Amino acid sequence: MAEGRVVGIDLGTTNSLVAYMQGETPVVIPGVDGSNLVPSVVALDPMPADGSRPTVTVGNSARRALIETPERVIYSVKRLMGRGLGEVQCELKFFPFKLANDVQQGEVPRIQLGELQFTPPEISAYVLRQLKRNAERYFGTPVTQAVITVPAYFNDAQRQATKDAGRMAGLQVLRLVNEPTAAALAYGLDRAKEGTIAVYDLGGGTFDISILKLRDGIFEVQSTNGDTHLGGDDIDNLLLTIALDEIHAEHGVDLRAHPGAVQAVRKAAIDAKIRLSAEQSAQFDIELPNGDRYQREIPRAVFEQLIEPILERTSGPCKQAMADAGIVPEQIDEVVLVGGSTRIPAVRQLVDELFHLSARGKKPHTDLNPDEVVALGAAVQAEILAGTAKNTEDLLLLDVTPLSLGIEALGGVVARIIPRNSTIPASATEHFTTGVDGQTNVAIHVVQGERELAADCRSLARFDLKGIPPMTAGLPRIEVKFLIDADGILQVSAREQRSGKQAQIEVKPTYGLTDEQVESMILESFDHAEADFAARLLIEARNEAESIQSKVERARQHPAWALLTPDEQKMVDAAERHLAKVKAESDLNALRQGIMIMDQATRKLAELMMDAAVTEAIRGKTMQAAGEDLNEELTAPHPMAPAEFK
Amino acid sequence: MLKVIESAVPVACWSCAVAHNEATLFCPHCSKIQPPSGGDFFSVFGLKPCLNLDLTGLEHEFHRLSRKLHPDRFARAGENEKQWSLADTALLNDAYRTLKDPIHRTEYLLKLHGAEIGEEHSRKDRRDPSRVPADLLEEVFDLNMQLEEMRAAKKMGEDDPALQASLEQAKAKFEGLLDEVDDSLRAQWSKWDAGDAGARAAAQKEMVALLDRRRYLNNLVRDVTETLGA
Repeated sequence: MAEGRVVGIDLGTTNSLVAYMQGETPVVIPGVDGSNLVPSVVALDPMPADGSRPTVTVGNSARRALIETPERVIYSVKRLMGRGLGEVQCELKFFPFKLANDVQQGEVPRIQLGELQFTPPEISAYVLRQLKRNAERYFGTPVTQAVITVPAYFNDAQRQATKDAGRMAGLQVLRLVNEPTAAALAYGLDRAKEGTIAVYDLGGGTFDISILKLRDGIFEVQSTNGDTHLGGDDIDNLLLTIALDEIHAEHGVDLRAHPGAVQAVRKAAIDAKIRLSAEQSAQFDIELPNGDRYQREIPRAVFEQLIEPILERTSGPCKQAMADAGIVPEQIDEVVLVGGSTRIPAVRQLVDELFHLSARGKKPHTDLNPDEVVALGAAVQAEILAGTAKNTEDLLLLDVTPLSLGIEALGGVVARIIPRNSTIPASATEHFTTGVDGQTNVAIHVVQGERELAADCRSLARFDLKGIPPMTAGLPRIEVKFLIDADGILQVSAREQRSGKQAQIEVKPTYGLTDEQVESMILESFDHAEADFAARLLIEARNEAESIQSKVERARQHPAWALLTPDEQKMVDAAERHLAKVKAESDLNALRQGIMIMDQATRKLAELMMDAAVTEAIRGKTMQAAGEDLNEELTAPHPMAPAEFK
Repeated sequence: MLKVIESAVPVACWSCAVAHNEATLFCPHCSKIQPPSGGDFFSVFGLKPCLNLDLTGLEHEFHRLSRKLHPDRFARAGENEKQWSLADTALLNDAYRTLKDPIHRTEYLLKLHGAEIGEEHSRKDRRDPSRVPADLLEEVFDLNMQLEEMRAAKKMGEDDPALQASLEQAKAKFEGLLDEVDDSLRAQWSKWDAGDAGARAAAQKEMVALLDRRRYLNNLVRDVTETLGA
């Protein structure tokens, strides 16, 4: 089999990126729109008139749909990966989208999106497929192997769900790499570093802290800790809640009933948050449906006071990680900051205090773009796995499992078999026997976590050992081997030692899809992927062109069209004629260029339409269009990246 | 079941068919990775069971072997080699995790030689008076009373500085005893490493008792810390 490139993917809560090694340097691969970041937003286009399956769009175009058709858009799906029904129900209070009506307890939750339903791994698969296509477009060859990053504190189910998503997207996931470890790799690549470093990673939805020892090209993780539900989203939610409450109290308008309006206020909140990283003060200025204006000044000091409790939640994990590594702050040589939220000055202040940095004349490392550093590190790891480059051949990552693995013993107590922070792969062998004469099955409950009672830990799976030869109670001796692989995922094998028979294991994962389910969810386009790559690229480009054409047709009816200058309108006309011509031909590059020209010619129009949509949403005009079914309380994590709002 | 490989059985390399020592993870002839051996954690590092270990050397060897065995080196290898790399690396990591920690290393070596070691997490040890070391009987009785009092006071939201100070004092004392146990253990290590079969058996018995005492003291300290911190 021809072995193509291995790419590195950062599948983020807010944004996703794909990167590769260009010679000795990792670089991010831009999308067609020239942007390095692909927003992790997936939207369903309107149902075609012929009743065929609607097209799924990903990224910036999907984000635009958020204000117009919020019921057909999903974002921040990473927060739902590998989670059970109860947890998702709780989480969804903060999102504008809903669970499908018929989801049963014990099955992987499905999200209702327009007239279709999707599991969280399927949504992630669409994001991954977009990244895969961006890379294929860039290389002009198929891309089938990838390294994908996950938060270090992700548990087994969350990791498995991420791997499943890769498979659905037609990617062989060669390795899951922990995000902070990837960042360390990106930083350590060009310098022959020795010493102890801490990676503080506060992203859109997750927080990780990892402590690593670097020596002779070996990156050995000593300890890791974190919170998979802590990030910039929480700060946005806080600002949003305050704004909505104040609008309600001062102007008598409750915007919570209007999803589009809430999204617009959220955009203003994110905007304010970002400005406050550079300026001493930011303003909210929003026109309300009744014509009033909500105007509010937020000084940085007030903002810092507001977010202090959120930031303080990162202290405990940092201290625990240092304790687990058996070190004090003075022993940490360098601190690396990762994730967009580390741009906030108060976060940097906290990091400085936690690790006694300025007291020792040190500064945290921020020279690599915190939004890109994880993807860059993933590209380095991809190259290590491909084993094709000289400058990575001496590098090796030794990562750890973030949570202890245990089995439920008598009385519901957890017997710990692999402690947290064990270098992976790691294994443990346990012996089991029967309690009743002639018993042929033994059930084992595996959990992950640090608490003493199984009920307080996270249930990972129930294993049913079958086919034990009937014997007197206590006589069979079943050896079960638990192995956490290099991706941090558990594998189990068992053997009855007296008969030497390989015991059959039936695994019931507490959370997650079965192999057959994953198989059935593989995105259709993959079926043809290897068959005729060039033809597929052409078809995809034509579809893209078609989609843009129909959008521009609709845009001509929009009030924003009249706001363009006659020259700007002529440019759109010309771009459209050109696109129609190259679409009829079979020159892929010409067609792509046509799409790009069209994209540029309509950029102004798209911005005007976006502005209009925001204003209308605030006024509540698009609510009928949004439908009645979205009157949930809305304090969702944001899907908007800073790039959009200049 | 764990076993000590005293005399390694020669087996043939799957790739070059040259016979090699079963405990090795690579073929000495063609350097290809081999399926995991039945060897113990010491043999992974080419060591005979012993208790005084050079930790710097161990770490160095751990890194050297990781470079050769890790699954990252076999991402595009055949299915068998992939599986062996996974199993071998898990064995290497398990071995390193156990041997680098002095207590885990001691427990492991003793188990390897047939000793029964108590369970780390069995809470009932502490409740069972027959498990209390005789010289601590009185103090443990007092301590348990004070712990009960402290828990009750905490529940009521009351502050009792005298009790707090007394518990902190007790904690310091038990921590001191723990250090003494560790010193005694280290003394036994050398006896075991250097001794003949008789000396080893004696050291082994001593160490099992010391580990029991250590576990007991550890649980006490943890109880006090939890109660003070709650």
